[in-house]
Amino acid sequence: MDQGLYKRRMLRNRFHMAMSVATALFGLTWLILILAMLLIKGIGGLNLAVFTEMTPPPGSSGGLLNAIVGSLILTILGVLIGTPIAVLAGTYMAEYGRHSKLTDVVRFINDILLSAPSIVIGLFVYGIMVRPMGYFSGIAGAVALAILVIPVVVRTTEDMLLLVPSQMREAAAALGAPRWHVIRQVSYRAAKTGIITGILLAIARISGETAPLLFTALNNQFWSTSLLAPMPSLPVVIFQFALSPYEDWQRLAWTGALLITVAVLTLSIVARLLSSKRTV
Amino acid sequence: MANFAVHASADSLSNAKPKMDIKDLSFFYGDNKALKDITLPLFEKRVTALIGPSGCGKSTLLRILNRIYELYPGQRAEGTIMLDGENILDPKLDANYLRSKVGMVFQKPTPFPMTIYDNIAFGVKLYQKPSRAEMDAIVESSLVRTALWGEVKDRLHTSALGLSGGQQQRLCIARTVAVKPEVVLFDEPTSALDPISTAKIEELIDELKRDFTIVIVTHNMQQAARVADLTAFMYLGDLIEAGPTTTMFSTPKDNRTLDYITGRFG
Repeated sequence: MDQGLYKRRMLRNRFHMAMSVATALFGLTWLILILAMLLIKGIGGLNLAVFTEMTPPPGSSGGLLNAIVGSLILTILGVLIGTPIAVLAGTYMAEYGRHSKLTDVVRFINDILLSAPSIVIGLFVYGIMVRPMGYFSGIAGAVALAILVIPVVVRTTEDMLLLVPSQMREAAAALGAPRWHVIRQVSYRAAKTGIITGILLAIARISGETAPLLFTALNNQFWSTSLLAPMPSLPVVIFQFALSPYEDWQRLAWTGALLITVAVLTLSIVARLLSSKRTV
Repeated sequence: MANFAVHASADSLSNAKPKMDIKDLSFFYGDNKALKDITLPLFEKRVTALIGPSGCGKSTLLRILNRIYELYPGQRAEGTIMLDGENILDPKLDANYLRSKVGMVFQKPTPFPMTIYDNIAFGVKLYQKPSRAEMDAIVESSLVRTALWGEVKDRLHTSALGLSGGQQQRLCIARTVAVKPEVVLFDEPTSALDPISTAKIEELIDELKRDFTIVIVTHNMQQAARVADLTAFMYLGDLIEAGPTTTMFSTPKDNRTLDYITGRFG
C-alpha cells in the first residue's frame, strides 16, 4: 500500500468531515440564538393576563386574548377551506390524472404557488374580496391563508399517494372495486399519516403569516369574532406592537412571538412523530 | 401458426369443457405488439399454467383475462375471450362485473393497510350486505379454506401487515375466494415466498380447483408440473404449444418447448 496516498486520503476525509460539522453548527447557532432570545424576552411577559385580557392601548395593562382567538379562527378556517380542495386536487394528480397533461400543468403552477411571496397572495385577496366588499374582514384573511395552505397540501398529498404501491391499487381493483372506492378505502388509508403530516406542516406555515393578513383581516383592537369585520391575529399584533415606541407593547410582541413559535414547534414535532410512525 | 387444438386426450381432461375461450387474441402496448393471435381454451375446474421465458407475454395474457391492464393508458387488446357466453373484451361489459367473476392473486402479497378481518370484508362488501354474523362466517370460512384460520383466529382485528409473507399471500387468496369468483388468476404467486410457504400455496391451488377454474403464471417449471393439468408454453408473444402437462413435459412437439423445459434457455 502507498502510505503517502493513504495518509492524504485520511487527511482529506478529516478536512471534509470538519467542514461539514462546522457548517452544520453555524446554521444551528442562529436558530439557537433566535430561540434563546425569544425565550428570554418573551417569558417575562407571560402571565395569566396574556390569555384573559384584550390588546391594550399604550400605557395600560392588557393581554393578547383577542389576537390569540382571532389567529385560531383564521387558521382553522383557512385550513378548513384549503384542505379539501388541496387533498382532492392531489388525489386527481396521483390517482385519476397520473398520465394526463393537465397534471403536469397543475403541478407546475402549484410549485409556483408554493414559492409565491405571501404578500402577493394578500394583495390578490385584497383585490378579489376586500375591494369589492368595501371593508377588511376575517373571511378575507381566512381565504388568503387557505390559498397558502393549498400548494403545501397538494404537494404532500400527491407525493404520499404516489408512494402507495400500484400493486395495492391493482389488488383492490381486481376484487371489482370501482376507482373511487379503491382510492378512499385503500390509497387514503395507506397514505394517511403522510397526508396528515402535510396538513400539519401547512398549519405551521400559515400560523406565522403576517403579510397576507395585513391586506385582508387587518387588525382589531377589540374582541371580535365576526367574519365580516376586521379580525385581530397574533402575527399582525406582533408586527404592530414590535414597531411601536411603547415598551409595554414591545413586551407583549415578544410574548406573542414566543407563543407562535412554541405552537409551530409543537406542530412540527407532532408531524415528525406521525411521519416516523408506520401504522395501519 | 398459433392456431391449434388442445389435445384433450389425457384422463384429467376427458370430461372438461372450456370455461374461458381465448380466440385470436392480440395485445398492444402502444404500437408494440406483445401478444400475437393467441388461441387457447381454459378448462373449467382445471389448472392451466402459462410458462415461458421473461418477456414472453404470459403475465400480459393473464392481465387481459380480468382486464386489469385497463388501469393504464395506451394498452389495447383485440380478439375475443368468451366467458359464460359473453365476450369479456366487449367495452360494454363492465370491468368491475368481470372482476367479480375473475379474481386475481399477485406476485407480491398485497394486503391492504387494514385488519385481517377487513381485508376479507373489503371485497365481500362490494357485492352483498351481510349481517355481522354472516360476515363473521364468510371471513372464517375463507380463512379456513386457505388454511390460515388456525394461525390468525385470535388476531383477526389486528393489522394484516403484521403477517409473514406466506400468510399475507394466503390472506390475499382468502380475500379473492371470499367474493366467490368463477376463475382465479395467479401471477407468479410464490416467487416472493420461501419453499415452505410455496408448498402451502401449491397445496391450496390443488384444493381450490375443485371449485374454481385456475390460471397460473409461473417461472418455475417444477411448479407447473406439480400443480397444472394443462400447460401452455409462450415465447416472444406467441403461444408455441399447449396441452396436458404430462404430455408437455414428456413429449413436447416443438423444439423450443423442449429447449425451455430442459433448461437450455430462459
